[in-house]
Amino acid sequence: MKKTTLAIGSVAALVLMPGLAMSDPDEDSLTINGDISIVTETDAPAHTENLSTIYSGWRFRSDETQAFQMDDFDNPGMIGVENAMVNWDTIDGSAGKSCASCHEGPETMAGVRAVYPKWNDKKGKVTTLAMEINDCRTTHMGAEKWKYTGGDMTDMVALISSVSRGMPVNVAIDGPAKETWEKGKELYYTRTGQLELSCANCHEDSYGLMIRADHLSQGQINGFPTYRLKNTKLNSVHARFKGCVRDTRAQTYKPGSPEFIALELYVASRGNGLSVEGPSVRN
Amino acid sequence: MEMTRRKLLAFGSGTFALATLSSLPAFATLTDDAIAELTGGADMGEGAITLTAPEIAENGNTVPIAFDAPGAAEVTLFADGNPVPNVATFKFGPLSASRSASTRIRLATTQNVVAIAKMEDGSFQMAKANVKVTIGGCGG
Amino acid sequence: MASGVKPRVKVPKKAAAGETITIKTLISHKMESGQRKDDDGNVIPRSIINRFTADFNGQNVIDVTLEPAISTNPYFQFEAVVPESGEFKFTWYDDDGSVYDTTKKITVS
Repeated sequence: MKKTTLAIGSVAALVLMPGLAMSDPDEDSLTINGDISIVTETDAPAHTENLSTIYSGWRFRSDETQAFQMDDFDNPGMIGVENAMVNWDTIDGSAGKSCASCHEGPETMAGVRAVYPKWNDKKGKVTTLAMEINDCRTTHMGAEKWKYTGGDMTDMVALISSVSRGMPVNVAIDGPAKETWEKGKELYYTRTGQLELSCANCHEDSYGLMIRADHLSQGQINGFPTYRLKNTKLNSVHARFKGCVRDTRAQTYKPGSPEFIALELYVASRGNGLSVEGPSVRN
Repeated sequence: MEMTRRKLLAFGSGTFALATLSSLPAFATLTDDAIAELTGGADMGEGAITLTAPEIAENGNTVPIAFDAPGAAEVTLFADGNPVPNVATFKFGPLSASRSASTRIRLATTQNVVAIAKMEDGSFQMAKANVKVTIGGCGG
Repeated sequence: MASGVKPRVKVPKKAAAGETITIKTLISHKMESGQRKDDDGNVIPRSIINRFTADFNGQNVIDVTLEPAISTNPYFQFEAVVPESGEFKFTWYDDDGSVYDTTKKITVS
């Protein structure tokens, strides 16, 4: 895999020279367990005007990290999926039900992860998978909400994601979701924090470059929840957003906040066309 | 001699430089001791066993490594830059098909991973692989 | 007993007599190294899986001594030779005294 290392004196320099040579993501292709074919590169959707090609974060990782994801046994993120499968069948709450009581097997969730976040007519707003899971728990099971970025929730989102692997991400950005999408787009391009960075500064202007020893990706979330080698556990989208915002030395938003819901919808839409990949393995 | 601030600083940094020079890599002697304990100081051959590790580890928390030691009864892995150099010892039983294994290890910093095989005839073989451990991203 | 510790193993269901098979094992375990400190600056004590064994029909395949440098969710891949049908037994020993095990049958033709 070829990597171009550029010595960048300051973050300001990064931003002032948008034409810097990009180090391309590698050429490897991803098939999981020998039978789930994953699209990791495709034409950028029309609404992502500044990119011509979109790539999954998988393409930016080292060969060894990529290998972790090619087999469900080797993928430590699948531990979370197995934990969630136990929860799926476990009765919880005053209604005496488990997820399985209404939804039967987790495979009935195929296709769901690919279209979230989504406009929910009943609620009159865009909701995320985690919000829907908690809604099911409180409304239909009489169970306690799970912590938005906690282990149980992230494991369950990983399970629901795993049965959609290989299906193209396809979140709706028009109709009632449009306003939320526009808000997410604005957040994506707004510089914040002491370091005055926007998501775009790194993930659109500088993907392919090295940030210290990390190969910068496009910040796609088709692979979420992701098992990060850095903290050896599954990480959810909002937990990652929170970390990224904190890294710009800004006051960060809360997981589950309207800002992060909007941002998640927008960022998900930048990946429309890539395959659902989660749970993935990243740095 | 009047101890001015300037003199104190120069004196201090000189001592520091000396200390640094004599202590790199910090844990190499710990590893040498651990290896000597294992081999009893015997000579170690090279070339009979292989150790596979990435040249650059994407993250020091989880570094995949593998070794292949045909004819070995037992293989011990060391990491010479870790606070505790011992990583694992693999003893092969009668039903092991090959004297090989893969695992995932933690490396604290750029260092050598060392595999010492105790061969069935009692001799020792060594293989070494240097792994660069990096810090990435804006949050590290 | 450490919480959430679950073993997983991958063993082929069938093999020919005397064939070499690849076995993969994983156990979900934090592997607290004893190097970390908590928010008050106190060292978090070591608590790891310190030994892993794989046996087949009572005979040993591999016996691994683990140190804190083995990553969270210890993973091992190795090869075994299967002379006859039978059962693999995989055992993990925890610093805290717990023992976790799982078995897998294999049919040899």
